[in-house]
Amino acid sequence: MAKVFASIGEWVNERAPGLMPVYRKHMTEYYAPKNFNLWYYFGSLALLVLVNQIVTGIFLTMNYNPSAAGAFDSVQYIMRDVEWGWLIRYMHTTGASLFFVVVFLHMFRGIMYGSFKKPRELVWLLGMLIFLVLMAEAFMGYVLPWGNMSFWGAKVIVSLFGTIPVIGGHLVEWIMGDFLPADATLNRFFALHVIALPIVLLLLVVLHLAALHEVGSNNPDGVDVKHGPKGNRWSPSAPVDGIPFHPYYTVKDLVGVGVFLLVAAFIIFFAPTFGGWFLEHDNSIPANNLLTPAQIKPVWYFTAFYAIVRMIPSAFGTAVWGVLGMFGSIALLFALPWIDAGPVKSIRYRGTGYKVALTVFVIAFLCLMTIGMDLTAEYFPKIFGAGIDITLWENVFGRFMTLTYFGFFVFLWLYTHLGWEKTKPVPERVTMHD
Amino acid sequence: MANEVVDHGRRRFLTAATSVVGGVGIVAAAVPFIKSWEPSARAKAAGAPVTQSLKKIEPGQQLIVAWRSLPVFIVNRTPEQLATLPKQDPRLVDPKSDGTSAEQQPKYAQNETRSIKPEWLVMIGICTHLGCVPDFVPAIKPEPFDPNWQGGYYCPCHHSRYDMAGRVYQGVPAPKNMEIPPYHFIDDTTVQIGVGPEGAA
Repeated sequence: MAKVFASIGEWVNERAPGLMPVYRKHMTEYYAPKNFNLWYYFGSLALLVLVNQIVTGIFLTMNYNPSAAGAFDSVQYIMRDVEWGWLIRYMHTTGASLFFVVVFLHMFRGIMYGSFKKPRELVWLLGMLIFLVLMAEAFMGYVLPWGNMSFWGAKVIVSLFGTIPVIGGHLVEWIMGDFLPADATLNRFFALHVIALPIVLLLLVVLHLAALHEVGSNNPDGVDVKHGPKGNRWSPSAPVDGIPFHPYYTVKDLVGVGVFLLVAAFIIFFAPTFGGWFLEHDNSIPANNLLTPAQIKPVWYFTAFYAIVRMIPSAFGTAVWGVLGMFGSIALLFALPWIDAGPVKSIRYRGTGYKVALTVFVIAFLCLMTIGMDLTAEYFPKIFGAGIDITLWENVFGRFMTLTYFGFFVFLWLYTHLGWEKTKPVPERVTMHD
Repeated sequence: MANEVVDHGRRRFLTAATSVVGGVGIVAAAVPFIKSWEPSARAKAAGAPVTQSLKKIEPGQQLIVAWRSLPVFIVNRTPEQLATLPKQDPRLVDPKSDGTSAEQQPKYAQNETRSIKPEWLVMIGICTHLGCVPDFVPAIKPEPFDPNWQGGYYCPCHHSRYDMAGRVYQGVPAPKNMEIPPYHFIDDTTVQIGVGPEGAA
């Protein structure tokens, strides 16, 4: 039997001699730093979730009906009548939320250890593009069940483009293909969600990995192993602190996969709606164009950005400022490699100012999330008494946090461009060698 | 293959000309695809006027009717509610609807009550921020979102507030007063939405 496989392998190799070198370059001879820690699980987990979304998504389309008249019922049909349909749908919906969990953590890792810095700017930019496409993908998928939250979510998000002066009104009609979210809107979102955006997403993921493997992985010490001493067990020309991605990190990542699947399975089987955070209760009501749900808010992963829209008031007769603020909050992340000019990558050897700023930034992001989730509207009266003016307090709190979010980037620019940062010496090699 | 001299100028011209013609072709080919996203003829056709009887709308009540699939609020405002309107002016963005909101109503409804008849408010119930339907909160009493509430509309999406004439308050995300559609009274108890009064622009 082994002989048969060997001869098949030889047969293929003779006709496509370029395949094995590609495999070796990206797997067995891709030398990743040996000091990866817990934070390095989330990239491979994102890939796992992507595969899950594609597989479960394909099976959902087999029973889903992309029309305003049939969409809602077909989702209920999947949940009740299709054998195991509930599992496939819950895997898809839970996967969507967990996608953002791992991507947020993956991005935070990149910021914390300076993985976006030279020479990995392209890796970061491609990753940010993935994040952007992922947000569009998630939004359009959210619209497909055509519940009342789907409808009003579509209305509000598409209306964001309506705040653009002059062309806004027409642009909204163009995106919706009608004067409000309708059959045409649902159909095109379906096409984009299941065909166009996944293709773009896959292409970007391939480019993201290709760009990464070109420059090599960063690590918690922010030391460039590629430019350090050479010679390890496998090759005299490979980095001394690098180990082959396969089998070392594939096996390590499998442990992460196990833990992740355990968490995911728990959610899928015991708390698929996650208390209304992953699947909103108001979306169990069919779309109604005359009734906005009493409490409308996006799914948790958009809440921080949504809070920024809410906190910026209109001025000069246009509401475009809030929308600019929201897009700006993402655009600044794109520009991070040029905003942060600090020569030291890892937080381990960076100045105290950076550590404090990053902590404050994370707190601001989480606080904006609580506002977007309407948790502040719920808990402020409980904490400060029922008589308070919620709108006022929410605005004060939210605007302060919005300023803090943007202030992080301003501070980081000043801190690194004006040489205020006092860094610690970076070691020659990763700290946990031999 | 005897020609050893390469005419670079000619080659550059041909490359540029081919690229330009190809580019124009791609742009032209993209037009039908982009235009296919416009509202279809069927979507545009579904916009006939709506006629509504006012007989059963008691003072203080609101009725929502659909016109072009948009919610239209018809409110029978009480004298108390009408009396609150002038008092709101200092707190509003555009109390006279002649600034940023000048285009938000037909000329015949550009007045203090934003209506043809003072008591009857006929308004497209779409928040001018991002298109939600604001809640009707008519009672004049302190609300969690405004201790000095004088009745009006509160948007659940981004917490914009409007008074009983759909005029937007200051300091909220919505930039303009809510839109008044063209409408007219067929008789004392019937309104038609989608068509203005005869002779009005």
